[in-house]
Amino acid sequence: MVGPHPEEAEPAARAGLGPWRLTSRRLRRDKGALAAGAVFVLLVAACLAAPLWANHVAETTPEENHLSDQVTIDGKRTDVVDMLGKPIGPTWSGHFFLGADSNGRDIMVRLLYGGRNSLLIGLAAALGTILLGLLVGLVAGYYRGRSDSVIRWAMDVIWAFPVVLLGVALGVALALGGLSIGPVDIAGDSLAIPTLIIAVVYVPYMARPVRGQALALREREFVEAARAQGMGSLRIVFTEILPNVASTLVVFLPLLVANAILLEASLSFLGAGVQPPNASWGTMIAEGVDRIATAPHLTIVPGVMLVLSVLSLNVFGEGVRDALDPRARVRIEH
Amino acid sequence: MSADMTRFVVRRLLSMLLVLFAVSVLVFLIFNVLPNGDPAVRMAGKIPTETQIEAIREEWGFDEPVYVQYATMMKKLFTGETISYFTQQNVNEEIRKGLPRTFALAVGAAIIWMAVAVALGLYSALRAGRISDRFLNVLALIGISMPVFWLGALLLYYLGYKAGIFPNGGYVEFFDDPVQWFWHLVLPWFALSVLFIGFYSRVLRSDVLETMGEDYVRTARAKGLSERRVLLRHVLRNSLIPIVTLWGLDFGAVLGGGAILTETVFNLQGVGQYAADSIGQLDLPPIMAVTMFGAFFIVIFNTVVDIAYAALDPRIRLEGRPTR
Repeated sequence: MVGPHPEEAEPAARAGLGPWRLTSRRLRRDKGALAAGAVFVLLVAACLAAPLWANHVAETTPEENHLSDQVTIDGKRTDVVDMLGKPIGPTWSGHFFLGADSNGRDIMVRLLYGGRNSLLIGLAAALGTILLGLLVGLVAGYYRGRSDSVIRWAMDVIWAFPVVLLGVALGVALALGGLSIGPVDIAGDSLAIPTLIIAVVYVPYMARPVRGQALALREREFVEAARAQGMGSLRIVFTEILPNVASTLVVFLPLLVANAILLEASLSFLGAGVQPPNASWGTMIAEGVDRIATAPHLTIVPGVMLVLSVLSLNVFGEGVRDALDPRARVRIEH
Repeated sequence: MSADMTRFVVRRLLSMLLVLFAVSVLVFLIFNVLPNGDPAVRMAGKIPTETQIEAIREEWGFDEPVYVQYATMMKKLFTGETISYFTQQNVNEEIRKGLPRTFALAVGAAIIWMAVAVALGLYSALRAGRISDRFLNVLALIGISMPVFWLGALLLYYLGYKAGIFPNGGYVEFFDDPVQWFWHLVLPWFALSVLFIGFYSRVLRSDVLETMGEDYVRTARAKGLSERRVLLRHVLRNSLIPIVTLWGLDFGAVLGGGAILTETVFNLQGVGQYAADSIGQLDLPPIMAVTMFGAFFIVIFNTVVDIAYAALDPRIRLEGRPTR
């Protein structure tokens, strides 16, 4: 490329900047990505503040029924759930801000508490995927040989299943019996089950690029130099290879979280994710779809929150990718 | 067939068999080994009787060694002896009934998402950086951020239930009434396509932009070819290769169970919905069978795509196809 390019207007300053400084500088210039990141942080903060809203504004809990209660709207007393079983829509005031569901529960409160579960599962599962994918990818790429063939083969097997179907199969099997690994016993309705499933299902997406990079990095001069100095292979992997695949991890993280949130919703929608009494945006949509004809807000409200959080992560993630590694191609299914 | 092509096909088929075997072992592990408790009780469904559980234990050989259990499961799945203990219906029979519906959904959606994505991707590449390109990029991001079951439910509610333009879900056999068949599938096709349109249009956009910088494109322009010809014959043809690969793989995945959510929301009664309905009843045999057949289908389909690729491009026979 010749000619003045806006990003290369300050060559003198750039020469001394490390890759991370350069990235944060580029990211700070990307207003869209920053705004999206801020939206996501706000959503997380709102969900963390769920007890505040529940105790001080809505004055109820996510499980409390108000089937036979009434609220006052514009000075008129209205049933929370009318004789035909139709719940009220948004009141836009403290109690039942976004309306009630057909059990007379406050949707706003459930939305915030459910969001905690959705976001928690998304974040935890993405971190799990990154750890597992990193481990598997580094071992395969750096040590090659038999471990590489076995790992690649295992990844191919996981890849043979459509993501949702594998998640469903695992979800149903584990929801029924729970899981016990040695001393750890996880109940079937624990949030840890969908988290674990999502983390495992996405491992190939992370492991493959990491393996490819490790494979290329291990032939580079600086790794050879480290080896010549007598460094052990474990130390080389951690101090020489790992820092160089870190940018891939950073590019993947927001996009993985976004897809993990979506996959959790899909599994919960099918009944193979978050199990009652816990709620998530996915289970709320599932309950809403059954009653969409009488109370569409039950479907719309959690869906909008879901789309908002996933979209903000996707936009932010794209900004991070453009700033860090514009050529990286990330495609994650959900 | 040349010698290296033969070698490639043999190698590819062998690795396919290995993966198929591993897939079946994984399904076996998930359903028969992994969870706590008695597999016969789980298999029996929600309200089992003691005699039923005893019969299932006998039938599936749950008190025999693991490898015998595996062999029993495989035999039952492939000879069509699996029945759902909840509905007492033959599982393979039910899958066969749902297959044409899943197929109709997948084929139509695949055509739509490819055609729309190529049009949008090419258009955005030509307008790169302008407002229309940015607008399409935002649309694509929204498309990949929407859960298909939510989009489907809203489409059904607003365009079906409220406006009455489209039917409120369900499926009509093609040979009963082709017009109604088409009309019932419009919304499911669209809902299923949105995600893929978002992905493909952006992949195509960046590939077109990259290809436009290639030397042979400059040469084509320099020799005086019309812009249209340069675009269609030189740029687009080469940019299409990656997304055609994706297309083959994704089509296989959608047929192999990836349409489970779309089918369920639109009540199409395909294979995916059969599995989804079985989840609600905790009815394991159908879920097991759909998972197994879906994964088998995908593995075989991927192998066919690979071999077709190798036949077209000799380099792949040596290096292997770049996967998704």
